[in-house]
Amino acid sequence: MDFGTDILIALGKVVLIVVMVLNLIPLLIWMERKGAAYIQDRRGPNRCHILGIRLGGIIHSLADAVKLVTKGSTSTSATFHPLFVIAPMISLFVACVTVAVIPFTEPLVIGDFTFQFQIADLSAGLLYVIALSSLSVYAILLAGWSSGGKFSLLGALRGSSQMISYELAMGLAIVAIFLVSGSFRLNDIVAEQGAIPWHWNAVRLPLSFILLFTAMFAETNRLPFDLPEGESELSAGYHTEYSAMRFGAFFMAEYAHLVVGSLIVTLLFFGGWHIPFLSSATLHAHASDVLRILWIIGGIKALLLGAFLVRHFVRRKGYWGDLRDYEFLVFGVPLLLVGLALAVGFFVVGPVVLPEWASRLLVFLLQLGVMLAKTLFFVWVFIWVRWTLPRFRYDQLMRLGWKVMIPLGLVNIFIAGMMTMYLER
Amino acid sequence: MNLNGISLLFLFALAVIVGLVMVVGTSFLGKWRGNKARFIPYECGLDPVGSPRSRMPLKFFLVAVIFIIFDIEVVFLYPWAVVFRDFVADGKGVLMLVEMAVFLGILALGFGYLWVRGALEWEE
Repeated sequence: MDFGTDILIALGKVVLIVVMVLNLIPLLIWMERKGAAYIQDRRGPNRCHILGIRLGGIIHSLADAVKLVTKGSTSTSATFHPLFVIAPMISLFVACVTVAVIPFTEPLVIGDFTFQFQIADLSAGLLYVIALSSLSVYAILLAGWSSGGKFSLLGALRGSSQMISYELAMGLAIVAIFLVSGSFRLNDIVAEQGAIPWHWNAVRLPLSFILLFTAMFAETNRLPFDLPEGESELSAGYHTEYSAMRFGAFFMAEYAHLVVGSLIVTLLFFGGWHIPFLSSATLHAHASDVLRILWIIGGIKALLLGAFLVRHFVRRKGYWGDLRDYEFLVFGVPLLLVGLALAVGFFVVGPVVLPEWASRLLVFLLQLGVMLAKTLFFVWVFIWVRWTLPRFRYDQLMRLGWKVMIPLGLVNIFIAGMMTMYLER
Repeated sequence: MNLNGISLLFLFALAVIVGLVMVVGTSFLGKWRGNKARFIPYECGLDPVGSPRSRMPLKFFLVAVIFIIFDIEVVFLYPWAVVFRDFVADGKGVLMLVEMAVFLGILALGFGYLWVRGALEWEE
């Protein structure tokens, strides 16, 4: 393979991964709203529609994007414009750049062609993430200072000192991982954990997991620690004076941080792309059986879900009296057809034996799916916690950060050190 | 040829472009209907009193200074942590752990000093 192809593949990966993360954001906003709604015993967004197709409220995210893009950008008389415009850009930059070292799967090897679903396989991978994610303090500080409002400045001060405090706790918690895995590379850290759940770092280093996960909430400024933008105290904190897409940039960056944070937690503590009890070697050896099982389960699920949606349509015919009645058919009929095709195909084709490249590709896709499923679960935990816990007071927050988490982090290093000695012996 | 570096450069360029398009590019799309009240900083409808960049408690500055010291200490831990397993394999694990205990002990002494002097107290 020549150098030009390598460059093209690298460029493609960059665009693909950035687009993937940025496109997860509307989905997460929908998840957040629906989650909040069901936790608060209401239905959540369900009004916006395109020709009667509402997709359970996802269209609201689209409407939001259109609205944010077409609004006018405001500023105050005391705004310092250069920094005011740069701050949201820094925020977005950090959000896009931190995904660079995340390995989504194992390298895909077909013959002498190797494809790794990762932008840059740095040997100092985790350090890169820590270094770049701490740049987002600048975004908050510059945004708050340059806006020229009192709420903004207060929010920025709170936010910056909170983020740097919890960054310490996060740094100390990560030392334990380095001790156990002996590498900065995320690939090595994941490979070292393996496929058996009780070898994952969450079980071996529970204290480290708790510290890092808590610090992650403070780093992303989410609810138990959302002091920088506490609505009831500072109206909107550091982005009070922002409007239109300048505000949207902060909003998107928050959710992108959520995705990256969940990816990091998955990789460091929950075995990354590993499927519990099924190592990559096992999967490669039994790829045909795996395909058969997936085929049967997928077919049955598609049939059941399609039948359910079509039955729903039949029962509620004429309920709205307009196009909305047909909304269930949009998903129901294709699902039913897919299910039927799978079922017929299974009996016509019969047992297939996959060639080498196909089995590798299947395992690759399966592990990618598992990785994303774990990540989405942790995103859901972030959302769940946000709508469950009340906000801390500022002195409580700083006390937790400095007087509880940092001493615990120091103790944790010794626990991890002794455990490593015990395991190596 | 370093493919990682090239990929990272692509990514940085793309991130800057995304930022420019979303923040600067879209500001030409919106129609801005201005009046005087739009320029007043938002303070729940009241007219702002005093400078928006007024004096702030020194506490925040103190946190930043302490952070720098401790963050550098943490950075010193990373190389130690990565090579620790190799030393354990050589049978020098206890030595390494004791050495780090001495280092962290000095760090903890400073931390205790801050604690006793009340640098970490936020309630007045």
